[in-house]
Amino acid sequence: MSAGPFTELLYTLLDTVTDVLPIALTIFGFQLLVLRKPIPRLGRVLAGFVYVLVGLAFFLEGLELALFPLGKLMAAQLTDPAFIANVTHHVTAFNWWDYYWVYLFAFAIGFSTTIAEPSLLAVAIKAHQVSAGSIGVMGLRVAVAIGVAIGIALGTFRIVTGTPLHWYIITGYVVVVVQTYFAPRIIIALAYDSGGVTTSTVTVPLVAALGLGLASTVPGRSALLDGFGLIAFASLFPMMTVMAYAQLSEWRARRASQSH
Amino acid sequence: MEKFKHLLAPLLSSARDLMPIVVVIAFFQIGVLRQPIPNLGEIALGTLFVMIGLAMFVRGLEMGLFPIGESMAYAFARKGSLSWLLLFAFALGFGTTVAEPALIAVADEAAEVAAVGKMIEDTPEARESYADGLRVTVALSVGFAILVGVLRIIRGWPIHYLIIAGYIGVIIMTGFAPPEIIGIAYDSGGVTTSTITVPLVTALGVGLASSIKGRNPMIDGFGLIAFASLTPMIFVMGYGMVI
Repeated sequence: MSAGPFTELLYTLLDTVTDVLPIALTIFGFQLLVLRKPIPRLGRVLAGFVYVLVGLAFFLEGLELALFPLGKLMAAQLTDPAFIANVTHHVTAFNWWDYYWVYLFAFAIGFSTTIAEPSLLAVAIKAHQVSAGSIGVMGLRVAVAIGVAIGIALGTFRIVTGTPLHWYIITGYVVVVVQTYFAPRIIIALAYDSGGVTTSTVTVPLVAALGLGLASTVPGRSALLDGFGLIAFASLFPMMTVMAYAQLSEWRARRASQSH
Repeated sequence: MEKFKHLLAPLLSSARDLMPIVVVIAFFQIGVLRQPIPNLGEIALGTLFVMIGLAMFVRGLEMGLFPIGESMAYAFARKGSLSWLLLFAFALGFGTTVAEPALIAVADEAAEVAAVGKMIEDTPEARESYADGLRVTVALSVGFAILVGVLRIIRGWPIHYLIIAGYIGVIIMTGFAPPEIIGIAYDSGGVTTSTITVPLVTALGVGLASSIKGRNPMIDGFGLIAFASLTPMIFVMGYGMVI
């Protein structure tokens, strides 16, 4: 690294500002030209935008410094055939079970990065407000994180075994649709949303490294063709776990009211 | 002292959010891979940055992104012009997606797959035009998704009809799309919604649902993101078939 972390921070801030420009243009353009009304508490809103920009720059630069190099290195090391041979004590012809550390790592990293995901935090805060507190911020995040963890672990299993991606996804869709008819109505839209928000700044780079590392070292897989699909898994399973979370809360509430 | 507490509390809660990652990384590095943790100083500084960043982001959400999303939703509802609202929805979806860094990365990977799979010529120009075309396609699909999603909130259509229709679309397209593109198409759904788009779009949806009579913000307000992560899959597979 040629520049110090603080110079890098400035570059990240510039990048974030560039990313936000089209959004800001859309918002302020419509506000001025179409709605033609002053924005309520404009100063505070602008300060909020500055907070978001500077906050994201710090966040991304911090990830780049602390998490990504180590996480990507670990993903590469855990999928390295030499490491697998070392823990399994046989040199060739690995079967799918020999990759158990990979599955465990996939599960753990999926769970932990989701808890730190800022866009999920945003949706959880909003859902907490809108539901008048009946949906807990942490409860929702843990439910989503378990979904991502299961999704990514199963996704690494799929890469190791080389089974077609679309069968998993289609089966997942069927489960989601069936569950929709049994889950409380209030949770459905939120559950669907949690599929899309989970995979963002923290999770995607690490998970992509894991997928590509795995696909390029497992014999018979190609990084180009088999390295993808983990993100799709990570967006599918949270829908199931969030609906399950609501079903479980409902069931417990019903049982509690019956026992009184 | 009170002021100090006010500053400390968000930092502590972001520290708590980061704990799982620290535990996982430390366990695998020391316990499984049996290696020391390199560059401890840099990692400590980075972790501090992430904590500060997350705390500031949450503060900015509540001051800026949530209020603007909601106040625009109320203003559009009062203005009563559906076409302007739909145009805004489309512009927001398109504008936030077309410059999304994660999408740019996915589009470049897709161009590489297409070049290796001999779907396009293997030259830098052919790859670039393929990647640019793909990016615009995905951005159009997200714009379309937010537009339809907003229309759904106004009309009160149940979300699962839209989602099930989308699933059927994905499954049908999977049968016809070139196999090389399917993995990327499935992944593209998850990466298009960025950290700034999500709070804005959520606030817009919830704001609309609370300002329209007979809509429930929980049932009708959420769901925009869900649809916006579904349409890119269909459009990317379509793009792979046409090109």
